[in-house]
Amino acid sequence: MASSTVLIPPRHYLNDGYGIKSWLLTRDHKRIALLYLAGVTFFFFIGGAMAVLIRLDLATPAGDLVTDETYNKLFTMHGVMMVFFFLIPAIPAVLGNFLVPIMIGAKDLAFPKLNLFSWYIYIVGGLFTLYAIVAGGVDTGWTFYTPFSTVSSTTNVVPTALGIFITGFSSILTGLNFIVTIHRMRAPGMTWFRMPLFLWSTYATSLINVLGTPVIAITVLLVGVERVFHFGFFDPRLGGDPVLFQHLFWFYSHPAVYIMVLPAMGVISELVAAGCRKPVFGYPFVAFASLAIAVLGFLVWGHHMFVAGESVYSALIFSILSFLVAIPSAVKVFNWTATMYRGAVSWETPMLYAYGFIGLFTIGGLTGLFLASVGLDVHVTDTYFIVAHFHYIMVGGTIMGYLGGLHYWWPKISGRRYNEGLAKLAAGIIFVGFNLTFFPQFVVGYLGMPRRYHAYPPDFQVLNVLSSAGASILGVGYLLPMAYLMWSLRYGRLAGSNPWGSVGLEWTTTSPPPTENFTHTPVVTWDAYDYRAPVEDHVA
Amino acid sequence: MLPEAAHQHVHGLAHHFDTLEQQTEATTLGMWVFLVTEVLFFGGLFMVYTVYRSWYPDAFAAASHSLDITLGTINTAVLITSSLTMALAVHAAQLGQRKALMLFLVATMMLGAVFLGIKAVEYYQKFVEHHVPGPGFNFEEPRYAVHAQIYFSLYFMMTGLHALHMIIGFGIMAFMLRWAWNGTITREYYSPIEISGLYWHFVDIVWIFLFPLLYLLGRHAH
Repeated sequence: MASSTVLIPPRHYLNDGYGIKSWLLTRDHKRIALLYLAGVTFFFFIGGAMAVLIRLDLATPAGDLVTDETYNKLFTMHGVMMVFFFLIPAIPAVLGNFLVPIMIGAKDLAFPKLNLFSWYIYIVGGLFTLYAIVAGGVDTGWTFYTPFSTVSSTTNVVPTALGIFITGFSSILTGLNFIVTIHRMRAPGMTWFRMPLFLWSTYATSLINVLGTPVIAITVLLVGVERVFHFGFFDPRLGGDPVLFQHLFWFYSHPAVYIMVLPAMGVISELVAAGCRKPVFGYPFVAFASLAIAVLGFLVWGHHMFVAGESVYSALIFSILSFLVAIPSAVKVFNWTATMYRGAVSWETPMLYAYGFIGLFTIGGLTGLFLASVGLDVHVTDTYFIVAHFHYIMVGGTIMGYLGGLHYWWPKISGRRYNEGLAKLAAGIIFVGFNLTFFPQFVVGYLGMPRRYHAYPPDFQVLNVLSSAGASILGVGYLLPMAYLMWSLRYGRLAGSNPWGSVGLEWTTTSPPPTENFTHTPVVTWDAYDYRAPVEDHVA
Repeated sequence: MLPEAAHQHVHGLAHHFDTLEQQTEATTLGMWVFLVTEVLFFGGLFMVYTVYRSWYPDAFAAASHSLDITLGTINTAVLITSSLTMALAVHAAQLGQRKALMLFLVATMMLGAVFLGIKAVEYYQKFVEHHVPGPGFNFEEPRYAVHAQIYFSLYFMMTGLHALHMIIGFGIMAFMLRWAWNGTITREYYSPIEISGLYWHFVDIVWIFLFPLLYLLGRHAH
């Protein structure tokens, strides 16, 4: 229930200094979170524009909208933008930045200057990649497979690789900042097992960022050096091994999937607890499941190379290990479901995204098991089945979690409420649009339509038209929140410090919070999701 | 928790930390985590090296033989000595001996510069011998000419990245020297020296692995 006195606090982080300089030189983690919000939204819509063109082209079998070369560039830039500049930073850098210090009762992250620096690195990396687009694009696919990327491709591989290399340091430094903050900045009484589960998943994500990202950094650096200086690392003419590149690439890029989805899982834990007014069922299991996913995620990269000349024995081991990832993932899904069981389940917007996430992630996860089985994977490798699978995880999982979290914490971030009716409508549109876009791709992929082609046999047209129609609905769904969230900044009614009646330190401070988050350092004497007292109040 | 007023008086303490101990623990942990990422960064290169070395041991041994082992050994000694002066700098900082601190920092920087100078001489030799990979590459033993190019690609990449880390370390030491000189570093607040030292030692340790892998392994075969 809303708190009784809804007032905007006289001093908060948004009015603590005005003007462009107060933002571009800020060290406040909350303002940096908003800088990231602007950045990821910008890159999301650029990546989205590429997706629009892809789906438009695929509406007809002939591939008459763009040439095959342009099409190659479109799906490459769509992947690069979405993966490196939206999905990976979205939840950690926006919601994580805003929430990590507040949730543990700290004044800021451990290294505020480094935090601002990370944002600048992110933007510089993004500019390099934007330059690559403007200069004519890049056509290697977001995977940069050698020797095509190092020898054959005549497009802007180097600026794109540089952009990814630079942006990687932003992930590394943000991860480092979170790890140190969670270890060293917790308020008195905030023990590890009293932390909200969002922090456990952020911590697990940060571990992957810190351990995996340097490997992609050195990998794209090797690609760049091989391309520019004609050194030999992967070039078969010199006895180099292109598959070695794939090993290095996927050593990061498979865990990167967990960089994208683990934070979303953390958000969903928060939403489910708040939406059901209950502690998350089996808290330690959900917490350790995050760490288990982070660890197992590093051991499964070989399943991307079942058809790349990998030995039968490695394929078998990678297959078994890939199946193991299903265990902690399922633990989470079951525990969220068990939390909802006999809970006072809410139907407000954040919870709609949580339901969406659980359903879509389950489909994405289960189809992942298809792909972990070597025999079946050989059949569907490089088809739209793969495309549908990873979009269910990345879009159905990560973006659902991101939007759910953005709606849930929006009153805290902005101090105002958005239009609940419109928000529910948008959540519904996104859910329908998403499924219409990507479910047909499972079917068309299983029937044999390969990915990364700009033309296809007419038999596949019905399913492709469904997909393109879904994409246009999805596009509307993504534009709506942009509109009503911006509108709410000015016209939304005041939120008060705890509009959802949630427990958690972030709801004990004002909305928007003061620059140092709390007037006094909080002392924590309760467990996470201790809904007993507030629920009684609510019933009375 | 300290009241805000008392908080202001602690030299070197940033506003968002409660105590200097907390800040020191945080910055030290931060540097360790950063070094972990560095291990993974170089780890990728070491992995590539290991794969190709096991595939082409003879070519790698032949190519490794062309390096100047005398210069490599001198450089190893220089770098180990710089680690000693770095450790002594940290010690001096802990004792609040400003002059000794500055002396050891300068010694560390000079040894670092000597290392980079010798490395430049070695690079020049390789350049003259046409051992730089690419169109101008030439290797004396034709049967190893193709795979030696992979060796030299790795040689320049690994030592080049190491040298880049040395240059960055040199810059950090210059900063530390300035802080030691203007009194920022005190007996109570010396963690910047300590974590810079961690970085410097790490860069040394990378070389301790690079030297045997690039200069020594398989040398007896020729």
